[in-house]
Amino acid sequence: MSDNLVINNLRVNVAGGEILKGLSLSVKSGEIHALMGPNGCGKSTLANALMGHPNYNVDSGSVTLNEIDVLELGPDERAKLGLFLAFQYPTAIPGVTLANFLRMAVSAVRIVDGNDAATTSLVPMREFRKELRGKMEELGVDDSFARRYLNDGLSGGEKKRAEVLQLAMLEPKIAILDETDSGLDIDAIKVVGESVNQLVGPNLGVLIITHYPRLLNYIKPHFVHVILDGRIVESGGWELAERLEAEGYDAIREKHGVEFVQQTDPKLDAPIQI
Amino acid sequence: MTSGFTRESVAQISEFQNEPPWMLERRIQAFQIFEQLPLPKTNDESWRRTDIRGLNLEQFQLVTSNKSQTNGRYSELFSGVEEQENSGLIVQNDVSVIHSTLSDFLINKGVYFSGFKTALDERPDLLENYLCQTIQSTENKFNAMHNAFLQSGYVLYVPKGVVIDFPLRVIVSLSGESTADFSHTLIIADDESQVTILEEHLSVDQQGQGLHCGGVEIFLGRNAFVNYAQVQNWNKKVWNFSTQRAKLERGANLRWITTSLGSRLSKLDQLVEMNGEGSHADLLGLTATHARQHIDIHTYQKHAVSNSTSNLLYRNVLKDRSRTVWRGMIEVDKGAQKIDSYQQNDNLILSKRARADTIPGLEILADDVRCTHGATAGKIDQEQVFYLMSRGLSYNQAEQTIVNGFFESVLQRIPLEYLRNQLQKSIVGKLQLN
Repeated sequence: MSDNLVINNLRVNVAGGEILKGLSLSVKSGEIHALMGPNGCGKSTLANALMGHPNYNVDSGSVTLNEIDVLELGPDERAKLGLFLAFQYPTAIPGVTLANFLRMAVSAVRIVDGNDAATTSLVPMREFRKELRGKMEELGVDDSFARRYLNDGLSGGEKKRAEVLQLAMLEPKIAILDETDSGLDIDAIKVVGESVNQLVGPNLGVLIITHYPRLLNYIKPHFVHVILDGRIVESGGWELAERLEAEGYDAIREKHGVEFVQQTDPKLDAPIQI
Repeated sequence: MTSGFTRESVAQISEFQNEPPWMLERRIQAFQIFEQLPLPKTNDESWRRTDIRGLNLEQFQLVTSNKSQTNGRYSELFSGVEEQENSGLIVQNDVSVIHSTLSDFLINKGVYFSGFKTALDERPDLLENYLCQTIQSTENKFNAMHNAFLQSGYVLYVPKGVVIDFPLRVIVSLSGESTADFSHTLIIADDESQVTILEEHLSVDQQGQGLHCGGVEIFLGRNAFVNYAQVQNWNKKVWNFSTQRAKLERGANLRWITTSLGSRLSKLDQLVEMNGEGSHADLLGLTATHARQHIDIHTYQKHAVSNSTSNLLYRNVLKDRSRTVWRGMIEVDKGAQKIDSYQQNDNLILSKRARADTIPGLEILADDVRCTHGATAGKIDQEQVFYLMSRGLSYNQAEQTIVNGFFESVLQRIPLEYLRNQLQKSIVGKLQLN
């Protein structure tokens, strides 16, 4: 069965300020979409709103996955439905190993009923370890990774690889990659891009959110969308990404008459090293 | 059973334990102080945050007659507690020892490990020299009460150079209604010896109220190495008061783990004295409270000599309307140079109505020392919750995962797997309660 994430006329505010102003987009399994735009246009807001972050308030519009209303669900239920978000800034959870956490997460998304801590049965340890080891090998992730604390004391590149490893283990229907290339040097982007490339296939729909087209050199999108001031202003194929690379966002901004809006999110992009 | 903490009761206890005269004398001395001292009130600085007006001593009863001792019954009461090879196990219920074993291997090495009453018979020398030497009756009414009425607990003596690989285990339990328990832990680790003790305080019945007014004394000889873990897991109707002391001689090393999970109200007073050069203490604390529990812990790291070190990390997790108090002090005596000493208390507060007080303190009378302290208190980070939930964990699972991680940084400082696993088990059991 083909899975379909449909975002229709979505409006989202953060602390009262409207960030998404009627965004529509749909992602089907097997498709790779790139959503590109300058800082402050609402890219990360979309990612967080899709996953159900409590600070992102949906004012109107709809999001469905296989016709199930996603906006009615908590983040955990969205994950169980098959949504996955690879975070721009993965949160550190000190004292919790990646392996222990992943075993809980995998168990939660596979064993859909009874999601309470006391009642969830975990996937058998032996089976889980075997699977984790296999995936780590495929992605070229070091064995010691599993015993390290979740995103705690990891380098930028390691954090993103940990996100991709989680993506591989959780096997979602639709994956959103939020600025997965930010803060990475070119070698790290290559590693992460190639890892994601291994995971794409007919059963996974991917939405890559990015400022720069660099990651797209490794994961070629079927569709490219440009977001400005909370709306998608242009959609096209690979040629649109190439045009952006050549002309920058200014040309498109001018064309659509959008004033430059400074990013309201206090988190700044981590420094880019090339 | 008799109620009333009277002079007659003191005499009765002494008689039924068939004690040597010096013990009765000490009891009477302590009793006189007990009679004179009032119960501590909140105008006393160390009791300022712990109100015990709800405590009525008259409700509790002393055990002054011999109860039948049933061997083997402990396994029904405490499933999962097993005798281990080359180790020892003492199980006590309502002040009577119901099971006591020590492997022949350790007996042959001269290790002594026995309930208090038997020890009084067999090793009065140890008791006369060490018992209650560090617990001053004049300090407060509970100390005096303990010294006057103590009649249970255990004595461990590890001779010079003896290394015990597997942890010794002790269970101190209460099951009777309104029993007053004055168990005492006396550990004497002679020079160069090594030992690990896991001691648990449990209620057999979750309803019966009780009073524990305990004492712990640990003496470490030169280069002795002791791991001592106490897990306080009384039911929520038990009042818990405990005065705990350790003295370290030259080169001694103590790892002391205090796990506070149970009781209605708990007041713990812990003092570690680094009395010999090169001595070192690691003090670890794990506290988890819920409902209306109140746990007050006072820690004191005293550096009497140069080149001694100590490192304290206490972490508390609070739910519901519970409250914790941690008050720490590092004291460095005059002339004690080259001291490295730390104290850190972190609180994770899971509900709006819970409250954590954290009061670090330093009293340094030397100039060439490095002492630092830190304290934090905070709510659970909602970004962490969101991250975990976005991977499919429920809110409860996310919260529990974060709490486990919070305690993990304490547990990871315990290199003994068996001990760490046992502590983890107790904590997980507690955190699943709502």
